[in-house]
Amino acid sequence: MSLLCTKAQASSSFQNGSIASIPTKLTTSASGDSLPPAKKIFHKKEEDCSLFVAFFTFLSYGVLLLVGYVKEFFNPPSTKEKNREGYVPLYIGFESFYTRNVYRRIQDCWNRTICSVPGAIIDLMERTTPDYGWTMKLTGKIIKCINVGSYNYLGFAENVGPCHDAAEETTKTLGVTTCSPRLELGSMEIHQKLESLVAEFLGVDDAITFGMGFATNVLNLPSLLGPGCLVFSDEFNHASLILGLRLSGATVKVFRHNDAQDLEKKLREAIIYGHPRTRRPWKKAMIVVEGIYSMEGSICDLPNFIRIKKKYKTYLYVDEAHSIGALGPHGGGVVDYFGADPKDVDIHMGTFTKSFGAAGGYIAGSKDLINHLRVTSHAQIYAASMSPPVAEQIITSMATIMGKQGDGEGRRRIQQLSRNVKYFRQRLRQMGFIVYGHDDSPVVPMLLYLIPKIAMFVRELTNRGVAGVGVGFPATKITGGRMRFCLSAAHTKEMLDKILEEVEEVGRLCGCRYSTAVKNPEPIEW
Amino acid sequence: MASQWNVYESFQALLQAGPYHLALEGVLVLCIIWLFTAKKQPSKLVRLTKKEEEELIAEWMPEPLVPNPPPEDHPALHTRTVYGKAGKYLDLGKGEKLLNLGTHNYLNFGERPEIEKAALECLHTYGVGSCGPRGFYGTTKVHLELEERLAEYFNCEMAVLYSYGFSTSASAIPAYSKSGDIIYADEMVNFILQRGLQASRSRVVYFRHNDINHLEELLEEQVKQDKKDPRKANATRKFLVVEGIYMNSGLMCPLPELVKLRQKYKLRLFIDESITFGTLGKNCRGITDHFDVPMKEVDMIMASLETSAASTGGFCVGTKFVIDHQRLSGLGYCFSASLPPMLAATSIKVVDILEKEGGDLVAELQDKCRLMHNKLKGLPSKVTVTGEDISPVKHLRLVDSSEREVEEQILRDIAEKAENYGVALTVSSYLWDKEANPPKPSIRITVNKDLTEDEVEKALDAITKAVTDILG
Repeated sequence: MSLLCTKAQASSSFQNGSIASIPTKLTTSASGDSLPPAKKIFHKKEEDCSLFVAFFTFLSYGVLLLVGYVKEFFNPPSTKEKNREGYVPLYIGFESFYTRNVYRRIQDCWNRTICSVPGAIIDLMERTTPDYGWTMKLTGKIIKCINVGSYNYLGFAENVGPCHDAAEETTKTLGVTTCSPRLELGSMEIHQKLESLVAEFLGVDDAITFGMGFATNVLNLPSLLGPGCLVFSDEFNHASLILGLRLSGATVKVFRHNDAQDLEKKLREAIIYGHPRTRRPWKKAMIVVEGIYSMEGSICDLPNFIRIKKKYKTYLYVDEAHSIGALGPHGGGVVDYFGADPKDVDIHMGTFTKSFGAAGGYIAGSKDLINHLRVTSHAQIYAASMSPPVAEQIITSMATIMGKQGDGEGRRRIQQLSRNVKYFRQRLRQMGFIVYGHDDSPVVPMLLYLIPKIAMFVRELTNRGVAGVGVGFPATKITGGRMRFCLSAAHTKEMLDKILEEVEEVGRLCGCRYSTAVKNPEPIEW
Repeated sequence: MASQWNVYESFQALLQAGPYHLALEGVLVLCIIWLFTAKKQPSKLVRLTKKEEEELIAEWMPEPLVPNPPPEDHPALHTRTVYGKAGKYLDLGKGEKLLNLGTHNYLNFGERPEIEKAALECLHTYGVGSCGPRGFYGTTKVHLELEERLAEYFNCEMAVLYSYGFSTSASAIPAYSKSGDIIYADEMVNFILQRGLQASRSRVVYFRHNDINHLEELLEEQVKQDKKDPRKANATRKFLVVEGIYMNSGLMCPLPELVKLRQKYKLRLFIDESITFGTLGKNCRGITDHFDVPMKEVDMIMASLETSAASTGGFCVGTKFVIDHQRLSGLGYCFSASLPPMLAATSIKVVDILEKEGGDLVAELQDKCRLMHNKLKGLPSKVTVTGEDISPVKHLRLVDSSEREVEEQILRDIAEKAENYGVALTVSSYLWDKEANPPKPSIRITVNKDLTEDEVEKALDAITKAVTDILG
């Protein structure tokens, strides 16, 4: 029981918004059926956008669109399509209007080109536009920036060091490709080595890996679900999950972001009333959530999802794309963070793009599950297997995280990231910005609301040597425009101070310190 | 005071009214009384008590996550392991290396040292992963250069790069074709294209494999329907999706005829050139190059870099008007991390090589393909080979039909036997229950440019022996 208390305290300390101690590892017996975990609500409501700001946000979009309509009334966009006279237009509707009139004006904030390793400092290639954003041209000038845009959580994006050397060696011995799917002649020893390492890292029976993270969701969900199955999907789930679920043909119901109560209510109703058309019971039900939400910065309320999953006999699919490596005392993702039993999550999914500085994705779980996927996964049968140097990068970085190299480097990186995250988030809050997400999440969204402010923020920060990412509609809701910082173990305290200094200055310039919460007057320690 | 209400006059009027009228009024009055007094019907969704709810939940017995786990001896669980580089020869851990007739490295670029050098140079600068999608600092100079080079190579305005072969066409098609649109597709299109068609939610019309007349019939039918409902026809985009050389049959599409139909019926033509890129035409450009069809006749070319190019990923080329759209609407482009720069760098090198010596490479490859084809024709009569003579992909099928599992097992036995004679073959793998039109099981034979005549001879010898061993 004492273990359970630690857990309950940990979750309640989250509610108060203070620094949470990392929960201690729970043993299997403590999380068994006989002792349901404490029902604390882990997810807290984010600070709301004031009506005043919301009004101006809508007004800003309204003005942009109005200008667009007036402009296109007098100067209608000519179809640039040649040789296709009399065809039904390829694009219709609002989407292309929005692209022409809103996105085009600020498109220099995205798709920026770099010419260095995406580590803590990047070389950004400067671009100009000769025609108000229709086209972009590289000037040839290079700007050195601190990188808070890449998902390099543990700093394994490196062009020196053990990972690089191992990848180099593998390229020489195994080449860069197999030109064949896994089921034909594309299985190499290195793939098997990688899969058993992933299984060991996650503490599950077996794992299967794929060449692309996005495709891992899209190509495997259809093998697990079909018509007559029920899926509960978080409203902010990634596009790959949504596409995979759509392709599977299962019935998908959406619950409020990270809201276990809402999920439970909807789940009960769905199980009791069965399939709405056939009135038959569902074949099976699955809850699909992410470990860390890449736009919200929130950590999933795993203990409650596990409780619900057990109570209602559903299955739990956790997409740890952002959380694997970046969360937990051992870098084991959200499962490790809460000290949950890995067996309680039926399907572990994650990517190697982020914390491991490589590419690809995995699914891990029970032996039966993985065997089933080995036989039925689309990617096993129709897509070329993972490139050997990429696999080697994952193996080396994962072994470092697990401490197999014996130099404590993995531990050091995990701790560095964790301290960076706590420091950075609290400093931002102290400055009066609205910051979303949990205190331990390395994804730090900072609310700006207005489209012009996003553009100004990104541009100004770049001029001051900080490369961040702005996100606006349609990636968020209309009143959800934000700046997003992704912290890394490669950042030093000096870098963070420099970023914070510039953010404070730009924030003062464009007036976006919206938070009305009480600020911590104490200086914050790194 | 005539308009004043008068009880007496009303009573008189009532007496004068006909009995039918009175009866009707009576019924109406009763109806109103019934409406007000009758008890409300209980709603269809009866609220259950908490206890009943719990019982129903406890009663529900979901299927296991994996209802039928594959048996331990399933062939897919015991794939062969490749040791060392996959080149013209494959090391399957059998002691001696086997002649590789199974992987898709038609031009054998996996063994070219300059390609490895390009990969290593890039690795020294960029590391392995790109750590972000193209929108968020995942675009490197190498990606832009590859896109530019591919566009230039295909004589097109723009190219877009994907980080996975599977996601290329499966993302590109749904970026354009939406629900309400019609896609005409060959019934033999590969599974990746089928997934793209499915994701688009459009109406998919399959025509018989390489049967232009059937396609025209279907199009005529649609023209008739369009005349009935011109307004709907004016909002319905029509697409034609084919492969240059079909992965599942080894046959080439009749491109000139397809182009004629495209013009006549105003279709948008998408070609998957995963096999033909680098293997057809005097400039190696693929099927358009082979038939000398100008690029403007085709709306988009999609190809995987996992075949001839010996890398990972895929690309689409076409006009800027068409391709640029994918940068915001191609799901696999927007929402996925970009291709590791070192893999893009190898592809740049491949384009370099193709530009310089492409014509010779194609000529050499096609000679080998023809040679292999003719030799395969001479196999025992119990097996037959399908595919174009110049296609680097050929299918070996059993002449006698039997159950799919039986056929597959026989073919697997042949492949296994061939290993003993020094040749690595592979049975084409399919998801039988998900394929739209499952082909007959086959051994997929691929041709490598660097095979010598002796090696072709040796391969044939081995296949012949294996076939006779198994089929008698």
